Amino acid sequence: MASVATAAGGIGPKPKVGSISRDRKWALRWSYFFLVVFAIFFLTPPVYMLITSLKTSAEISAATNPWWVFNPTLENYAELLGSNQYITFFRNSALVSVIVVALTMLISVPAAFALSRMKFWGSATLASGVFLTYLVPETLLFLPLFKMMVTFTEWTGIELINHWYVLLLLYPTLTVPFCTWIMIGYFASIPKELDEAALIDGAGWLQTLLKIFIPVALPGLIAATIFAFTVSWAQFLYPLAFTTSADQLVLPVGIITSLIKGDVFNWGQIMTGALLGAAPPLIIYAFLMDYYIAGLTAGATKG
Amino acid sequence: MANVELHKVVKTYDNTPAVRGVDLHIDDKEFIVLVGPSGCGKSTTLRMIAGLEEITDGEIMIGGDVVNDVPPKDRDIAMVFQNYALYPHMTVFENMSFGLRLKRFPKAEIKRRVDEAARILDITDLLERKPKQLSGGQRQRVAMGRAIVRDPKVFLFDEPLSNLDAKLRVQMRTEIKKVHQKVRTTTVYVTHDQVEAMTLADRVVVMNNGLIEQVGEPNDLYHAPATKFVAGFIGSPAMNFVPCRLEKAGGGGLSVRLTDKIAFTVPAERTRRYEPFVGRGRLTFGLRPEHVTDARGALEKDQQKLDVTLTVTEPMGMETLVYFAIDGTELCGRVSPNAGARDGGPMTLAAHLGDMHLIDEDTGKVV
Repeated sequence: MASVATAAGGIGPKPKVGSISRDRKWALRWSYFFLVVFAIFFLTPPVYMLITSLKTSAEISAATNPWWVFNPTLENYAELLGSNQYITFFRNSALVSVIVVALTMLISVPAAFALSRMKFWGSATLASGVFLTYLVPETLLFLPLFKMMVTFTEWTGIELINHWYVLLLLYPTLTVPFCTWIMIGYFASIPKELDEAALIDGAGWLQTLLKIFIPVALPGLIAATIFAFTVSWAQFLYPLAFTTSADQLVLPVGIITSLIKGDVFNWGQIMTGALLGAAPPLIIYAFLMDYYIAGLTAGATKG
Repeated sequence: MANVELHKVVKTYDNTPAVRGVDLHIDDKEFIVLVGPSGCGKSTTLRMIAGLEEITDGEIMIGGDVVNDVPPKDRDIAMVFQNYALYPHMTVFENMSFGLRLKRFPKAEIKRRVDEAARILDITDLLERKPKQLSGGQRQRVAMGRAIVRDPKVFLFDEPLSNLDAKLRVQMRTEIKKVHQKVRTTTVYVTHDQVEAMTLADRVVVMNNGLIEQVGEPNDLYHAPATKFVAGFIGSPAMNFVPCRLEKAGGGGLSVRLTDKIAFTVPAERTRRYEPFVGRGRLTFGLRPEHVTDARGALEKDQQKLDVTLTVTEPMGMETLVYFAIDGTELCGRVSPNAGARDGGPMTLAAHLGDMHLIDEDTGKVV
């Protein structure tokens, strides 16, 4: 920092008060300050989880420095990964999330395409309506949804409640509106001439969507995918309300119900489970970021 | 290859008329340019031919078939857009072959056509590039290539050169003309640039306010404009207009009076044509800048002297544009660079009355 300041000070006359370079320097300092504050704020919990996951139960309950591991052990990891139950939770979570992401994309991409490109009566209202449904909190929704599932079972005899696949019907109520909204935005940014060119080239609506819109709006599609996956993976309220049997639970609820016995908290394994549970979204995010190439539309039109 | 016909074509957007009854016959292999100011309905007309806009009323025929309700893909047309509209995720080859691939052409045929079009447009080296790796001129060539490979009945160009810089625009203009000479496909070209219109077109269609003002060959439009709008729109700098009166002169002739002091004798061969307008109000005298020159030596037939004080001179190299005012109306003339024109200086100019136009302001028509 000091060397930067010296170097900057050594070039040319002293900048005047309020000059652009001075403003920019201060803006940069403030950005870094807040960046550091936020980084500490958000990274403290995972770091604490990592530290705790490496401790034995005895060390966790001992009155030592909680921010230091005196006898590091992988015992929690071995135990958790060796338990069939944890693997089941993990499998359920993965199944639910992957299928929900697929369902969400299958619904919201064509919906967004229709709402952004096919002007039909009420399309603008419908587009706003889609977003408004996202604003209804899930805490309000889960009771009527529960009632619906019960009624469904009464009418058809198909048992949905307390099966992991009930979540496949529930999560899209959270993911579809938001993803549709994101995709409407991305599709709207694609120049109108591009679909007109495709139309003249002989493409139908479906071909235009599949061959032009989806590839061009890939960054948006990836953003929507990441969102849908994160929401499905981290969802807590719905699985807590709709699933109870241990073999039907997903990770967030599974960890809580199986590792908290009465008032005994198995902190080491809870932290390990949560940490391992946080890994897939991180990996997916890192993987998709490579494909998240901003400015993919460059060159489509003038510029 | 086909002719295109428009019969009383009307387009209205929410009760606002954009095109108000256009009749046009475009011959097979003809290069037609629609030109006019913004909002004159030229692009809308083109988009209706393409099928991108529905027709409110009237009839459009391509190759003898009414296409009012035919979707764009079945009209066998190709369009080049102002902003190129290339598919950004596809290479040049894929962009050009997209339409053919959709129609399931054999691979060998696709390759043959793309290679042929690339050769015509000199973009063979670019086939594997993505649009963002191309310059504006190259993108425009690719957009044209995409149209050529389809071998359509009609090419439609929607202001294709407007996004290019001045030099490239001139170059691409020639390029488009060459391509048309090679492929001879019926072409409808929209532009607001009258130079493009004049240089490219077999026939120019001047539009204004949703209506066709005049259709004709470039030289006809220039030398025999039908309306004041066409007279003023075609040509740069624009034609000079001065309110005038028509008076009887001695010997059965006529004179056109611009001010109390300035009056020109009307050429004898026009006397009959102009006679009915003698004494009528609301007439305008029109003369192009190139017909106001420096008076060198003896005046030729139908040339008359005009002494003026110049306000501004604009040396262009091969000529100098001189501006002066007659009764508050600014006029422009074109003089030789050696004529000694200078800002604020006096000058004797020659008005070539043989090229004058007389406009009846009540109808807007040239007499």
